[in-house]
Amino acid sequence: MKSLAELQAIKERMKDKVILREGVNATRVVVGMATCGIAAGARPVLNTFVEEVNALGLMETVTVSQTGCIGLCQYEPIVEIYESGKEKVTYVKVDAEKAKRIANEHLKGGKVVNEYTIGANQ
Amino acid sequence: MKELSLNILDITENSVKAGATLTEINITETDDDLVLTITDNGCGMTPEILETVTNPFTTTRTTRKVGMGIPLLKMAAELTGGEVVIASKHIGEFPNEHGTVVKATFSKKHIDFTPLGDVVSTITTLIQGHPETDFLYIHRINNDEIVFDTREIKETLEGVPINTYEVIKWIEEYLREQYLQIFS
Repeated sequence: MKSLAELQAIKERMKDKVILREGVNATRVVVGMATCGIAAGARPVLNTFVEEVNALGLMETVTVSQTGCIGLCQYEPIVEIYESGKEKVTYVKVDAEKAKRIANEHLKGGKVVNEYTIGANQ
Repeated sequence: MKELSLNILDITENSVKAGATLTEINITETDDDLVLTITDNGCGMTPEILETVTNPFTTTRTTRKVGMGIPLLKMAAELTGGEVVIASKHIGEFPNEHGTVVKATFSKKHIDFTPLGDVVSTITTLIQGHPETDFLYIHRINNDEIVFDTREIKETLEGVPINTYEVIKWIEEYLREQYLQIFS
């Protein structure tokens, strides 16, 4: 049973870590969550990135956030990855499986998954 | 949309975008009907915008000229014989009590009724993306109900961000347990 006591315990654990995290995140994963993205399946994609970033231990350096319509609705779900000092990478028609691979190979491994990028799908 | 919970996610994004500090998502079900009410204290809409809001060619987005959020919800409701009613008070005219109420009714027994789907995932997605605003989630089925208020969670968290992974996970599991307990 989930209890508030458990939530309190989480709070105690996280309290100190939070300060460390601020300003450290260098990579941003942005998922398009407008009507077009949601209808195309962005919700499980977002949740997969949240899960994987945690599972791969990347939470200190990677943030996952949501944005509105990117303007390329036919390519949704769209995921953009911003890394400081690098060019933005745009992944298109992403699903949960692809999200998992992008997290492992790009976020963890540092290697762009070229076949899922917009350049390879035009 | 394959699930009603995706429409809920989509429509609630409008509330957040309207600057709401609190958005209530209320689902009230009987054996026959489902009523979805999303109430926010955002900036509201002017009567002129309100009049055209179910038209796909009305949109707040700047990247293109078509907005399908409300039209898709309206279609889903009307396919079952239900309807969507929207009331709004614009901040310009009502500086102290502005906001929007979107109410959609569905007949659950109609063959075209879209299943509610994974509403827990919708709630956690909203919290993950918008930790700065609050959500009050109420789901009633006949005489049972689930009530979840992010303001209460934040009180317990004392400054730890509500979209911390561990907290989101706790919320997800907590809500899933509530569903198992109350509605199974």
